[in-house]
Amino acid sequence: MQAKTLYEKLFESHIVREEDGTYLIYIDRHLVHEVTSPQAFEGLRINHRAVWRNKSILAVPDHNVPTTDRSLGISDPISKIQVETLDENCKHFGLTQFPMNDSRQGIVHVIGPEQGSTLPGMTIVCGDSHTSTHGAFGALAMGIGTSEVEHVLATQCLILKKFKTMEVRVEGKLNKGITAKDIALALIGRIGTAGGTGYAIEFTGESIRSLSMEGRMTLCNMAIEAGARAGMVAVDDVTISYVENRPFSPKGEALEKAKAYWKTLHSDKDAKFDQVVMLNGSEIPPQVTWGTSPEMVVSIEGMTPDPKKEHDPSKRKSIEDALTYMGLEPNLPINQIKIDKIFIGSCTNSRIEDLREAANVLKGKKIAHNIKLALVVPGSGLVKLQAEKEGLDQIFIEAGFEWREPGCSMCLAMNADRLNPGERCASTSNRNFEGRQGQGGRTHLVSPSMAAAAGIHGHFVDIRSFN
Amino acid sequence: MNPFITHTGIVAPLDRANVDTDAIIPKQFLKSIKKTGFGPHLFDEWRYLDHGEPGMDLSRRKKNPEFVLNQTPYEKASILIARENFGCGSSREHAPWAIEDYGFKAILAPSFADIFFNNCFKNGLLPIVLPNKTIDILFKAIYANKGYTVTIDLENQFIVLPSNEKISFQVDAFRKHCLMHGLDDIGLTMQHSESIKAFEQDYYQKNSWLL
Repeated sequence: MQAKTLYEKLFESHIVREEDGTYLIYIDRHLVHEVTSPQAFEGLRINHRAVWRNKSILAVPDHNVPTTDRSLGISDPISKIQVETLDENCKHFGLTQFPMNDSRQGIVHVIGPEQGSTLPGMTIVCGDSHTSTHGAFGALAMGIGTSEVEHVLATQCLILKKFKTMEVRVEGKLNKGITAKDIALALIGRIGTAGGTGYAIEFTGESIRSLSMEGRMTLCNMAIEAGARAGMVAVDDVTISYVENRPFSPKGEALEKAKAYWKTLHSDKDAKFDQVVMLNGSEIPPQVTWGTSPEMVVSIEGMTPDPKKEHDPSKRKSIEDALTYMGLEPNLPINQIKIDKIFIGSCTNSRIEDLREAANVLKGKKIAHNIKLALVVPGSGLVKLQAEKEGLDQIFIEAGFEWREPGCSMCLAMNADRLNPGERCASTSNRNFEGRQGQGGRTHLVSPSMAAAAGIHGHFVDIRSFN
Repeated sequence: MNPFITHTGIVAPLDRANVDTDAIIPKQFLKSIKKTGFGPHLFDEWRYLDHGEPGMDLSRRKKNPEFVLNQTPYEKASILIARENFGCGSSREHAPWAIEDYGFKAILAPSFADIFFNNCFKNGLLPIVLPNKTIDILFKAIYANKGYTVTIDLENQFIVLPSNEKISFQVDAFRKHCLMHGLDDIGLTMQHSESIKAFEQDYYQKNSWLL
């Protein structure tokens, strides 16, 4: 039999039909949130179409929800309508939803895996680019637009072309304090934000195998920032022990049957990838973005670039524009950059392990005087409860952080959590685009421990030499 | 969806790489539950000097004179040209909705982000990938000739320049077909309902743990 990559196995097992290289692919799980679904449900209604398979859907409001006292409801009337529209649509079409005040509510990419709704071998879609997160489970998961949300609701299928395959092999032992976030940023720094366009990325190698499921989710989450619609990691014992005993995961005999199949979900030994990128995990330093694209990233030991040294006029202009927007001088050491706000959260870094990592740095310490606001926004109600059980909330609060309710929050600032013009943030989120965290806001992407350490010092510091 | 066959229009130069979907349509406008009305907020943070919120009186807003779409004759442009990786970032279809609602019919760039590229075709918007060199030549020609106008012929897959020179481009056959006929691909897929049901029967028998 021909050796296959994990991507090929997942893709081929879901082909309904094919015509001239255009495939109809069956979708196992459809995650839905309030921002990209209302127009899709409206489309169904207008055309008198039904939802093909209600059971495949898990819905949750996350982008617009307030992270402060929920008993007060949503004060922004337009956000309120959007969240209520999701409630109505779920009721009308008979879909499983965790509404805003359900203890299981949270960021869609956190609750899918947490509930066992995300399983190995599945095809998973959501009207959100960070759906790549779920590939961490040996699943084919990708973000789709609203027209495609409607298409999947109506037909349970997606029209797709085959992606090219890219293996990102990370060998070596990660240094103390180095996380999946640093691997992701180092990769994007290397291949660029369009480096993975047209590809499905599979992460392999010793450094990846050593990551927890939370770490693998962080990594796959950022695959889209490298341009790849899907990122994935092969199934191993770490995957299986994570998915066992979750509310929606199979039990008993069904589980045994599933496990036998899940264990085949890896690339065959001789499988050929269209491209291979190698990184040495033991050489990756803590990463900090300096600009307005995730590829504008350097080591904590580095400095901002000098546009004068760039010969390509288009690239030089990008560097100049980014430095101007970020309010930074060329050749400025990264560890001299002072911070106004700290954001620990988002579908990239808001899981229990991320919170433990940050709390571990903050224990017994206080944030610096120049920090105007430090936020921790847990990824879900259940992550929040677990953290409180472990006393992490107290560590954050004593250090000067605000302990909030779950949601997307300041990753994209659709709710009230945002940066004011000119404010600079150490953020564990995934995008440092202009205005992403608030108009005129300046975002530096880092890992949770780097964000916590920057909070204590008021500027970026090297987590490896941090006591 | 309106069919796209040929289109003639002024090309507006947006000389930036990595134009992301947050820049195309900022998040505060994503709260709408409608598909229309995003055009006035296309590139909101670049187009206006004040902070935009949904429902604002547009006539009172201060336009940024430096931004290309606020300069004559580009307010009448219907084709956009930009640098690499256009449309990167989120999957929000509000981005092509805003571009289309503003009045653009096509975008020329050396590369596009996958999800955005896909979303364009669902909304009658044609994204055309051209080599970097060609994009460079076009930018220079546009800067030298204000109001630079081209014709895009989708059926024959070429762009006619003012000099009558033709630049050919590639487009996927299925997407071209849908765009030229303004087809709703849900309707097309529904024609294969029986195949989907047959797939399900076999699939859930093999993967009973998914039931």
